[in-house]
Formats: sequence, C-alpha cells, structure tokens
Amino acid sequence: MSYIKKPAARHPKLRVNSLGLTVRDYEGSMSTLCAGCGHDSVTAALVQAFFELEVEPHRLAKLSGIGCSSKTPAYFVSEAHGFNSVHGRMPSVAAGANAAHRDLLYVGISGDGDSLSIGLGQFCHAIRRNVNMLYLLENNGVYGLTKGQFSASADIGSTSKGGVANQQGPIDPVNTALSLGATFVARSFSGDKNQLVPILKAGLSHNGFAFVDVISPCVTFNDHQGSTKSYAHTRSHMHEVIETDFVPLKTEITTEYSEGSVQGITMHDGSVVKLHKVADEYDPTERRAVLDYLADVGSRGEIATGLLYLEESGADMHGFENTVDRPLVEIPFADLCPGSKGLEEVQKEWW
Amino acid sequence: MHPTDTRDPQYYHRVVDCQWACPAHTNVPEYIRLIADGKYTESYMLNRESNVFPGILGRTCDRPCEPACRRTRVEDEPVAICRLKRVAADLRGEIDHLLPKAAVEKNGKRIALIGAGPASLTVANDLIPLGYHCTIFEALPKPGGLMRTNIPSFRLPVEVLEEEMDMILNMGAEVHYNHRIDSLKELLDEGDFDAYFVGTGAPKGKELNIPGRTEGDANIHIGIEWLESIHFGHIDSVGEHVLVIGVGNTAMDCCRSSKRLGGKDIKVMARKSRPYFKASPWELEDAEDEEVEILVDHSPQCFVIEDGQLKGMIFDLVEWEENDKGRLVSTKHGETFIQADDVVLAIGQDNAFPWIERDIGIEFGEWDMPVVDRATFMTTREGVFVGGDAAWGPENIIWAVEHGHQAAISIHNYCQGVPVTDRPPYGMNLVSTKMGIHEWRYSNDYDPVLRTEMRYADLEKRLSDMKIEAELGFDVKETVREVERCLNCDIQTDFTTNLCIECDACIDVCPVTCLTITHNGDEDDLRQRLMAPAENIDQAIFASESLPQTGRIMVKDEDLCVHCGLCAERCPTAAWDMMQFDLLNPYAGHQSWPEKAITASTTSV
Repeated sequence: MSYIKKPAARHPKLRVNSLGLTVRDYEGSMSTLCAGCGHDSVTAALVQAFFELEVEPHRLAKLSGIGCSSKTPAYFVSEAHGFNSVHGRMPSVAAGANAAHRDLLYVGISGDGDSLSIGLGQFCHAIRRNVNMLYLLENNGVYGLTKGQFSASADIGSTSKGGVANQQGPIDPVNTALSLGATFVARSFSGDKNQLVPILKAGLSHNGFAFVDVISPCVTFNDHQGSTKSYAHTRSHMHEVIETDFVPLKTEITTEYSEGSVQGITMHDGSVVKLHKVADEYDPTERRAVLDYLADVGSRGEIATGLLYLEESGADMHGFENTVDRPLVEIPFADLCPGSKGLEEVQKEWW
Repeated sequence: MHPTDTRDPQYYHRVVDCQWACPAHTNVPEYIRLIADGKYTESYMLNRESNVFPGILGRTCDRPCEPACRRTRVEDEPVAICRLKRVAADLRGEIDHLLPKAAVEKNGKRIALIGAGPASLTVANDLIPLGYHCTIFEALPKPGGLMRTNIPSFRLPVEVLEEEMDMILNMGAEVHYNHRIDSLKELLDEGDFDAYFVGTGAPKGKELNIPGRTEGDANIHIGIEWLESIHFGHIDSVGEHVLVIGVGNTAMDCCRSSKRLGGKDIKVMARKSRPYFKASPWELEDAEDEEVEILVDHSPQCFVIEDGQLKGMIFDLVEWEENDKGRLVSTKHGETFIQADDVVLAIGQDNAFPWIERDIGIEFGEWDMPVVDRATFMTTREGVFVGGDAAWGPENIIWAVEHGHQAAISIHNYCQGVPVTDRPPYGMNLVSTKMGIHEWRYSNDYDPVLRTEMRYADLEKRLSDMKIEAELGFDVKETVREVERCLNCDIQTDFTTNLCIECDACIDVCPVTCLTITHNGDEDDLRQRLMAPAENIDQAIFASESLPQTGRIMVKDEDLCVHCGLCAERCPTAAWDMMQFDLLNPYAGHQSWPEKAITASTTSV
C-alpha cells in the first residue's frame, strides 16, 4: 500500500504498440494490496499481455467478485469497462454481459475463496456454458482479507501462519475445470512472468472459457515455511509441463521446431499458440491423459504448470444458444424489440 | 558482472549526478532539502563547507551541476540548483558562530599565497583553522581576483562578494594589497615561508592583431581589462555604437556593461553560429533580454580608422562546413562594414608567468605553462603549488575552489612531512530514511512542475545603474515550488540480496522501468537484457549478488531512477531501503574518514 501516486515520469525509450500506447498506458490506479502480494505481479503480467496484444482499452471489460484478487481490476487499464460484483457471482455477471455484448474482451478476476467456496457453483456453470472470457483464479490458499484462514485450495498438511496444519482436502481448480469440460486450462505462477504472459495472451485469444489458475502467494498470511503456496515452495516444486509461445496473427512464423516436441494450435482469431512439451508423452489435447498426468505429478507433491489443456474447436455460449452474430447494442431498437404483436407470437410457442 | 560494491563511496556518489558533476562535490540534494525545511542557515553552511562562496556562486557559478541534473533525463529542464543556492545565501540567519575559526595555537608554519582570488582564499580558508599563518600578496588594491574585476556588479553585488571574502580574511589572513610579486625567485630566496601557492589566475586578455588595431587603440579595449577599469571607476562611459568581439561569458558581461554605460546599439559579433557559442545559455538569454544583438558568421577582417578615429570594422561574411577530417572550415561569401565607436575584445584569456624565473626548479611545459601535478597541485619544485586558472588555464570559480581544497591538503601534508601523494580518502554515511510504512524522511512524491522562471529588475531601471542586480532571486513561494522538483538522488535505493524473495513487486511498480531480475552476464549483455535497455553508459548499472531462491540477480539501471521510493514501499521484506547517502569529502586536517560506509538501518533485518 502506498500513499503517493506512481510518478508520471516514464522511461523515454518505452516501446509503443500500433495503437500508440506504451505499457504504462495500460496501468490502473495504485494498488492498495500488501507490499509483495502476488496479485500485483499478476496485474503487471496482464498489463504486459494487453500491451503486447494491442488491446484497445475500450474493448475490454473487467469483472470481479469479492476478495483481495477481486480488487485488482482497479489496478489495470483504467479506461476499460469494469464491474465489481457480489462475492462469487462474477461468472453470472460475465455471462450476462457477454450475452449482451459478444464483441468485448472479457477478463474475470477471482480468487480461491471467490471461486472455490462461495462461488463454486457459479464457476462450474460458467465452464459448462463455455462463456467466452479469460478467467483468472489468483490462488493463494488462504483468506487474506479475513486474516489468514485456510481456503478451499489449501493443501493437506500446509500450515497456517500460526503453525496449524490443514486437514481438509483441497479443491483443485485445474482438476475441476478439466472434469467439467473446460476448453482452455492452464496453471502458472505470479513469480514467473516469462511463463504467465504468453499463457494470458493465449487465453485472451481463446474462443471460449480460458481458465488460468495462478499460484499467487499471500506475503502476509501464507508465505512462511510450511506453506505450500509460498514463493519458495512454489519455486522449488514447480514442474513445467508445457512451455507456451504465443504468435499473433500478423507475425510470420519463422522458427521451426522438431516434430513431436512442439504442437502448434491455431486459435479462433488466426493467431497460433505453440506448445513446447517438456515431457514427451504429454498431449495437451487429450483430456483424460492430461488428468492422469496431473494426478501423477500431484502425487509427487509437485505443481504442474503451463498451458495444460487446449481445445480450440468447441462452440462457446453463443454457439450453443445460436444467438445473433452482432452485439445487442449494435442492433437497431426496432429489430431488437419484437413489439407486442411479435411478443405474442413468440409466447404462443409455449401455449 | 561482479556484484556492485555499494560500500565504495564513489558508487553512490556517481548516482548523485549534480554532486558528481560539481568539481567541489557540493551536497546539492541535502542543501535543497534544508531550504525546503526553511533551514536556510544550515543550507548555507552545508554549501560553504565544499564551495566556500555560496552567495557568490549562487549568482555566478558556471553550474556544471545543472546539465548533469537527472531531471533533464525525465523532463527538459534541470532543477534551478544555482538559484536555490542563492536563496540559502539571501535568506540565511546569523552565521558568525558557525564559521571556522583560526586555531588558537599556531603551528608555526607560514604559507605564501600569491593572488587573492578564489583559489588562494580557499587555501587560506582550509589552512588558517589548522594553525597556519597565511600571507596573501595581491597586486590590486582589493581582494577577489576575477570574481571582483571580471564579474560586473549587476550580476554580483560588491557587498555579497566582500562579505564572503571577509569570512576568510577576518580569520586572520595577512594581506598585502598593491603588492605585485615580480619575482618568485626573490620570494623563495627570502625564505620566509614553508610553502608557496600560486593563484594568480589567467590575467591576460587575448589580442586581435588585424589591420587598424594600433591606430584605433584609444577605442579598442581588451575585455577583462576593460571590465576591471569599470569596476574601479576608471571607465564610466562608452560610445553609442559598441561591438563586442567574441561570444563567451566575458563577452556577455562586456555587452551588458556597455548597455549600462550609455551604449545604445550593442552588437556581439560571433564568427560561428549559435551551437558553437561558448557563453552559457542563460547568460546569452540575459544579454538578449537586454536588447543586445548577436550577429553570427561574422569574422573580423580589419578596424576602419578615419582621421585617426575608429569608425567601425569590416567583417568577412562566412559559412562553416565540416571538412573530411571533421574540422570546421569557413568559406567567405562577402563582407560588410559595421559602425562602431568602441570595440571590446572578448576572445579569451591567457596565462602569463613572466614573474616566475625558469631556473628555479619549476619546469615549464606546453603553452609555456608550469607543469603541475593533477592530483597534488605541486610543481616540479617541492613546496610550490599552483591552483585555479593559473594551473591549466581559464576555468571557473568552482574549479578554483576545488583546486584550493586539494592544494590545501597537499600543503598540509607537505608541512607535516607526509608525502603529498598520500590523499585522504573519501568516506560516506548511509542511513535509512524510513519513518513508517509509507513515510520517508524526504519528500518522495514526484512533482511534475516545470522549472521556475527567474524574475528580473525592470529593464529600464536596471540598465540605468551598473550596481542594480539584474536577477531578483526566488521569493519564498518560488522557492517552495522549485525545491520540490529535486529528485533527491542522494536517497539511494539500497539492496540487501539475502532478504529478496523475488516477488517482482519492485519491478512491477517502478515508474521508469529501471529494475530487472535476470540471469547474470557481462555488463554489455546485461544492459541489453533489462526491462528497458540501459543505453546511457555514463550511468552505472547495479548488479546484486545471486538471489536466494533462483540464483538470478537483481539489476538496476541508475539512469532514470526518480528516487520515488516505491520499490522500497512495495518490498515486503525491506530488501530495498531508501538510504540517505552523505559523501564525506576529504579536506586538509580531516583525514580520518572510514574508507567503507558506516551504515545504520532503522528497518528490521
């Protein structure tokens, strides 16, 4: 938490994207989270991803619920649309907003409390609907705002700051997302932007629900020895399954990779996600194999990271519902509203 | 890259751009903070410690600090450092009790100081408190050297000059005015002194030997001699049309003086174009504000004399081009006559040592200048020292002061039987400025205001009297505004490697993208791999030791850091701290600084 505004002075040689914006133009207001909070690094990674994807700020909608994580949309892209909703209810609001305006880029920011406790149902149904959005779960295994109780993602045996070990089994958000049919599932770490930024870019380009579980340590209540969500523990137990490269549509692909180690997946918008497999037998398009592999890694106490599963061909919510192509806001009122007579006709279907 | 040794005083010293650029290493940020606190007296005394003449320099300094100011790298204009120095001098309180005093017990050593300019006065300032007896020989009836004779009173009021010189002279220097030393050999042979310091400046104005020079002599003046005559009241008028030849700072003083002596049409004649002018930009501006005309690409051809009377000058109109060796060469494309009643030559100064015999063990080298050691200021004859403009030609006052400090160290060593090459070390103190979670002992908020403009006395009024000071100085309101522009570069971002948990918070928050955590490499390679490339090689990059969790290193490009302290505020483990750096300058008699830093941290480690 800081009292001064971030100085307006900036590096004169900052790169400028095609919109004439520098990375600093994607910032928001000063963070009021604890110094060293992983969430601030996730925010910085998002800012970097928006800058590199050349996102127009007014085409972006930021949504969140309640919690430390859910404060962070205030800290990036001040010019974007924003909705800070009720605890755990961000997925419904996002689904509603997306239904009305399908052309915006939706980013939902949630935490382990917001998504895995009070909002678990909402989270699951957003996955089922395949709402076209980037869904970030900033996962620190602890309820920071209420001073450090275990959350639903805390591992068995992980200790609280006071030294008490957790005994209840965790809800693994990656497993949950995979078993519910999510089409884009990744796990990363706030302390590794080299990995996180390309994953965020790929997620933003995915047509459907892109789920990213980010281990984002709570420096105040869960960064001690004995915690399995600390900076040190995450660093020493990270097992990178897939390295991700994001190649935007307009970039010529010049690098060649040996067959088998790299899998290129073309996204809905024409960009390409290149997945470099660290483990040969791993196939990020085989849901059951991925679940097996992750169970294996998990049983060794390791944390599998990378873009773990990707399925780009599936329909999103608009596809299931067979909605119109245009956002409702762009449809003239006369076409949008059927009028009393038209409404009567529609209602006759259920008579 | 090896880990940076931040406990070497020169590393953090280099980060304080103004202090690093200042020949006397004045602690600029601290004196600006003292002004901000309204502690004008303390600010004045801090200045005086290193630059001895804050009131004089606050008006006349060549300001090497200002082009160096970090503010110029994040914004256009530097902090008005020089004018703030004047604020401290103008608003200070009683200081008699704070000034150095002559030692009660003399040490029996006698020092001869030749010339009563800034270099000699600084030597006296440093040595009298140590018990030395200083005897100054001055050719003119009053002390000050070029500070008195070459800087007109509308830039430096005589009272300001005399007050600051008196602080030194009143300690008990023995001064012989109107006493020109015509033979150094004689003085040495008399054997009255233990050491000799030559601070006689560069007193000879350069000549312009072109046709008509001799015939027109009555109305052709050598700039520095002419200014001296004005100062002593020997000259009190000038013709209506005046040409000033040359475009350095002396030329600016000459043209502005002409305006005040009744000249109406004053032209400064430059051989080259503006980018090649030697005068400081602010002095050029001041002259042009006073309606002096500056003509470029005019090369003097001859003086025009009619009936024994100067009528003007003929100039070649020239164009300049770089030749294949990169040297500028001119081509003439015409000529022009320009009317003049008086011409003032301000094309440079030379040293002159006709009074130093060449057979007394003082070796002379290039340009017929004595050979002087760059570090000790001693000539090839032991016990004879040279400083100020006399050493290596015209510089400016602040250099003369630094020469004086260094020569005083040498003279002290020499008289105590210590080798003059034994230079006392620089030291430093480093103290945390942390006062609370978001509170620092300095104003860390970045204020984007632009440089405060100076106000001047009404044009008509100031041109009517040589003694009316042109610049009015900052009032309290302007001062309050300007002090906030200082970036506090002496409040250092100090890093403790083993506390870092690599959370990236500092990197994410840094407004000027100067921090990176990356794998180690050569400096050249590292400079290219940072969050933003570190292309300004005049500025250091800091490299930490290997970080505990990943073995990578923390790198900081010092170039653009605005010292806002956000890295330290966002650091959860206080691996970053904002530490006030205080350079301990070596002076004669203070030789006991620790070579490494004394640090005190208020943060829990």
